[in-house]
Amino acid sequence: MRTPRSAVIATALLIAGVLLSAQTPTGPIKIGFLVPVSGPYAQTGRDILNGFLLLLDEIGYRAGGREIELIVEDTEAIPAVALTKARKLLESDQVHLMAGGLLSSTGYALASFVDSMQVPMVYPVVSADDLTQRLGTKWIVRTSYTGSQPNHPFGEYAYETLGYRTIATIALDYSFGWESVGGFQRTFEEAGGRITQQMWTPVSVHDFAPYLAQISRDVDAVYALFLGRSTLQFMRQYQEYGLKDRIPLIGAGPTTDEHALPFMGDEALDVVTALHYSAALDTPANRAFAGAYRARYNKLASYYAESMYSGGKWVVAAIEALDGRVEDRAALLKALQDAKPEGLPRGPVELDAYGNPLENVYVRRVERVNGELQNTVIHTFPRVSQFWIYTPADYLAQPLYAR
Amino acid sequence: MVAPDAARVRLASSGPGSIPLNAWRLAVVLILGVVFIAGPPLFSSYWVGLLTQMVILAILAMSLDILLGYTGLPSLGHAAFFGVAAYAVGVLATSYGAGFWTCVVGGLLIGTLLSAAFGLILAHVRDVYFLMITLALGMILWGLSFRWIPVTGGDNGISGIPSLAAHTGFPLEGPVAFYYVTLLVFVVCAGLMTLIVRSPFGLTLRGIRENEGRMKSLGFNTWLHCYLSYVIAGAFASVAGVVWAYYNGFVSPTYLDLTASSELFLMVTLGGPATLVGPVLGAAAIVLLKNVMSAYTARWLFILGVVYIVAILAAPKGVWNLGRRQ
Repeated sequence: MRTPRSAVIATALLIAGVLLSAQTPTGPIKIGFLVPVSGPYAQTGRDILNGFLLLLDEIGYRAGGREIELIVEDTEAIPAVALTKARKLLESDQVHLMAGGLLSSTGYALASFVDSMQVPMVYPVVSADDLTQRLGTKWIVRTSYTGSQPNHPFGEYAYETLGYRTIATIALDYSFGWESVGGFQRTFEEAGGRITQQMWTPVSVHDFAPYLAQISRDVDAVYALFLGRSTLQFMRQYQEYGLKDRIPLIGAGPTTDEHALPFMGDEALDVVTALHYSAALDTPANRAFAGAYRARYNKLASYYAESMYSGGKWVVAAIEALDGRVEDRAALLKALQDAKPEGLPRGPVELDAYGNPLENVYVRRVERVNGELQNTVIHTFPRVSQFWIYTPADYLAQPLYAR
Repeated sequence: MVAPDAARVRLASSGPGSIPLNAWRLAVVLILGVVFIAGPPLFSSYWVGLLTQMVILAILAMSLDILLGYTGLPSLGHAAFFGVAAYAVGVLATSYGAGFWTCVVGGLLIGTLLSAAFGLILAHVRDVYFLMITLALGMILWGLSFRWIPVTGGDNGISGIPSLAAHTGFPLEGPVAFYYVTLLVFVVCAGLMTLIVRSPFGLTLRGIRENEGRMKSLGFNTWLHCYLSYVIAGAFASVAGVVWAYYNGFVSPTYLDLTASSELFLMVTLGGPATLVGPVLGAAAIVLLKNVMSAYTARWLFILGVVYIVAILAAPKGVWNLGRRQ
């Protein structure tokens, strides 16, 4: 039996090779990527990953003259698991930078670890306000948005352009819900409107009947925030209860996001929402991205998919600026903060001094075009800051949006 | 001490097939012992982290074993005490800026008192009713951690629990030092739990598991025994929770949800209930499988499922009892 011995030798050589190659500075640039690819958030995690894979394919897994190696780890959307996997990526795989995260809970759990390890990390989706506000995490570059960011302009828009005066809100009961509704309520009420009713449903909600029965029939509109399965259910029941014909529905962007939109019917028509992206955005960059994404994955590009396509462009721009010398973490962080990637699907973006993007916010209305539902952009607020029109000092003196 | 133990082992495993069983067990214990005691300084910090998780979860699984294995009370809410103790540390350390010993004692006390309160109801019920009430109580605590936002931070949890070194003031920097502190806690807890299950009290628990009616007619207060068993299990789960809070530096509702409790249940049943060693194996195996598998394939949950089914079919009494004659 010669096979076992040769197998042992081959394995030893392989290990030696891996060890040696890890020591040469010109090896691949390793990017550790953390998303849920199992559990209830797997589909969303896949979208985020798909966007990144699409970009990496476009650039042939090369940037700054070096090869890029992507190491994906499953967080299961559980903070403690995300932390274990982050440790693995950093200590065992020795990645140069990390990216990923979906839920605020994961974002907060990773933040202190990332700061203590002093490794640059890109958050393409996590929208928890305080990460780039009162908490001030140094090593995290957020390329997405804060939960309240698109809702500040949208509150004003609802009062002034849509002409609503009283609104009832119904949203998922967790920080993303509070921050979205909180941002909307603040500017809507400052403009002169009134939130007359606020309802919070558990994240695991299965039936909206008890909530829909409570909605006052006298309000001008209902503002909703739901995601995935819950938004499909909510939209359908909103119509079944005869509310759709009586009270217009508006909401936060994810409620009609393209991850759920293809599974909706007429109940979604004319719903107005605000977000920093729409797959129907009519720009050359977005047409190219949305087309390529659809051709490859046979799905509409959701804002999750766009998030890491753009986040990936950020990373690539930073690597190019350093000519591939990513070993110096402080320099890499600086390059990520200074990067100005061109041609993002969502439009021009730049980072503020707190590490959060200044970007367009699009008000979108669901329409049926060529037999398909889409988020048609009906208004653009350019270069919206996480602090909206307030000065950062004034804004930060206020407490975080909560129930 | 040695002679009666040796006699008992011989008695338990007399008959054909006993020698391979003992040799196998000895090999497992020796290998694990060497890896767990001497390994960490040689391993990378990632592996030390995994070992730390195994040891903490081993304490937790052993505490459930007292309840599930020795007393025969199947709890589906055991992660609650683990989580509550971790939350107590988190709240005390961040909101109140409490010192290390206050946090430790606070965590242990709150977890234990809670189990003492729950036990008053639970010691009256058995079997599937016990299962359902522990499930319900566990879900209530999970809901509380999720919704009591001013205290628990809701879904976002509590981050910013100081590191062990910073909080104790001792030079305990780095994962290896933390690991050995955890190992020390484990050895103490494992020793205490072994004493408990081998004491007359522990034998009574086993008697209740086998035939409660007979124990009652012999004059034992079975309610009190079940109650104490529940409180003891809760107390050791709290120990694990306190260590876990320091290990991760944050707490979140996922610590005490149903998934956590049922995974714990699996650790005990997979390893071998009523053995104390089995749950340690179960905890180690599950942590290892989860982390190693998921690095190679996104279908790791599927593989884990197959492993569970094969293990239950091949070793219905748990891995530790593999080959033991009925």
